[in-house]
Amino acid sequence: MPAISVSQLHKSFRVYADGSSTLKDRLLFRHRRKYRLQPVLRGVSLEIRKGEAVALIGRNGCGKSTLLKLISRILYPDAGSVQVHGRVSSLLELGAGFHPEMTGRENIFTNASVFGLSHGEIRSRLQEIIDFSRLGDAIDRPVRTYSSGMYMRLAFAVAIHVGADILLIDEILAVGDAAFQAKCMERLLALKAQGVTIVIVSHSMSQLERICDRSIWLEQGEICMDGPPGMVHPYYLEQMGRQNQPCEQPLMPSPVHLTGGRLLDAKGEPTACVTEDASLTLCLHYQTTEDTCVQAAVTVAVYRSDALLCWSSNTTLTGEAAFDLHGTGMLQCEIDMAPLANGQYWVDAALRHPETNALLDAAHRMLLFSVEHSTKEKGVVHLPHRWK
Amino acid sequence: MMGYLRELYQYREMIVSLVRKDLRGRYKGSVLGFLWTFLNPLLQLIVYTVVFSHIMRSNVEHYALHLFAALVPWMFFSSALTTGARLILDQKNMIKKIYFPRAVLPIAYTLSSFCNMLFAFVIVFAVLLLSGRGIVAEAVIYLPVVLGIQLMLVLGVNLITASVTVYWRDLEHMMGVIGMAWMYLTPVVYSIDLIPLQWRQLYLLNPMAPLILAYRSILYDGVPPAPALLLRGFLMAAVILPMGAFLFGRLQKRFAEVL
Repeated sequence: MPAISVSQLHKSFRVYADGSSTLKDRLLFRHRRKYRLQPVLRGVSLEIRKGEAVALIGRNGCGKSTLLKLISRILYPDAGSVQVHGRVSSLLELGAGFHPEMTGRENIFTNASVFGLSHGEIRSRLQEIIDFSRLGDAIDRPVRTYSSGMYMRLAFAVAIHVGADILLIDEILAVGDAAFQAKCMERLLALKAQGVTIVIVSHSMSQLERICDRSIWLEQGEICMDGPPGMVHPYYLEQMGRQNQPCEQPLMPSPVHLTGGRLLDAKGEPTACVTEDASLTLCLHYQTTEDTCVQAAVTVAVYRSDALLCWSSNTTLTGEAAFDLHGTGMLQCEIDMAPLANGQYWVDAALRHPETNALLDAAHRMLLFSVEHSTKEKGVVHLPHRWK
Repeated sequence: MMGYLRELYQYREMIVSLVRKDLRGRYKGSVLGFLWTFLNPLLQLIVYTVVFSHIMRSNVEHYALHLFAALVPWMFFSSALTTGARLILDQKNMIKKIYFPRAVLPIAYTLSSFCNMLFAFVIVFAVLLLSGRGIVAEAVIYLPVVLGIQLMLVLGVNLITASVTVYWRDLEHMMGVIGMAWMYLTPVVYSIDLIPLQWRQLYLLNPMAPLILAYRSILYDGVPPAPALLLRGFLMAAVILPMGAFLFGRLQKRFAEVL
């Protein structure tokens, strides 16, 4: 039995031309009270198995939060159904119902009761919550004396200890300092290991990739892509990148175009998956538009799938002479070894005028590749090393 | 329906803690603290006694008590009209951000006003004993019945006012006047004897009227309330409560959107 099953879910919000709903308006303008239906979800169907950790991604306003609210029953669907099996804890708002004049301890009781816990259940978890929040003696001080970090720590500690079967999380991992965030992350991973189903909305791809084994990309109220984060995120980021590209436009008409790119392994065979610390060759194909020679400097950049810039280099900076490009040809960059960690990467490339630095042509995500080392080491880079 | 009641039972701790928060939070930070719960009705009663025994003399014996025995339950009722109507609006943040059975809010608020009424009754009893009017046991045993009926009624009314106000904000502002008019249509400040007999049946269609009469009969006159009166009050409460629950159940679905 799936933990959450959603079928053909439709939800629209009424957007009123003016926000007023007074008696006068109702009586006088009964027929004028026009509203527009703004569809937010249009026929979303999905099933989430017990113990799965699912990321909801998508641009602002795509319906992620609405979907979470429908699952948690804050909103009701216009059509379609939501079925949830198990106790849901929605972490859409931390510290709901905190009373500033009451102590942290008293507020634990109030706040946990909002999740439907009985007095006995709360009491049995009290110590664990206090320990997790690391508030120490401050727990018996009124909440109004807390710093916002302490407040959030307490709130998160309660929310995570309510014994939910399903956790719905909306952008709250952005709270607290780095140490607390790391602790929250750890706790979420532990809960996941215990078989808790997690649905999480976030814009931090790296965070999502750590927790989730499935990503659902919503676009204008519909599921655009559903699959492992490693598969979905590159496409999503590409789509976002296209819209957020810097406004720098290439010269028009551009004297040269980048037409494609390839990655060659040590044997000179095209490859999209790097498995060991072998040398690589990055090939950039170009074509000049006129039958003249074009001078150009080359910039290449390697990004990880969450848009982290791993490496960028420019031939002017490294002291190379400008390339003379003519007709159709290929630029090659030999990379001795790629000390990149496991993951998905893309390559951006650009051609610039060597003196004026004017952009001649740019290719965004011209090349996608993955790195898969046989050792499952973690981190940002893969450091070649020997033990003695 | 049963599922909803079961869920409300699951959230009982939330109801209890909201009631506790309301009762204790109200006077938090003041020097006398919880004592105000008793002090307020006592001071009010003293003011009424001074006013009606020295300034505006009434021909009703012990008018201050006559008034107070009705005013305390009336204030419980009117809480559902005034503050009760703002209930959902005031908890906007919670409604929009987290799930809980929405009926928890009116239930908790009604219960906390109910507790406040019980505390005020402590003062009423003390004054009854001290003033020498005394407490009549045969009458007072009916008090829990009347309290139960009123609790049903007030909860029903509160479910209606709280949910309708979300969609129609004017109601909140109209409630002050409605409450005042309603009070004068109920024998709170005057005795039922002022109402001509031919109007009585119509007058008693006001669901609060039989209850106020029952309270006054128990506390002021010291006689058990007429069974017909109790039955009438119960029937009206038994209609209004399910009506309120049904209306609230329908309207609550869009609370998070409309707020």
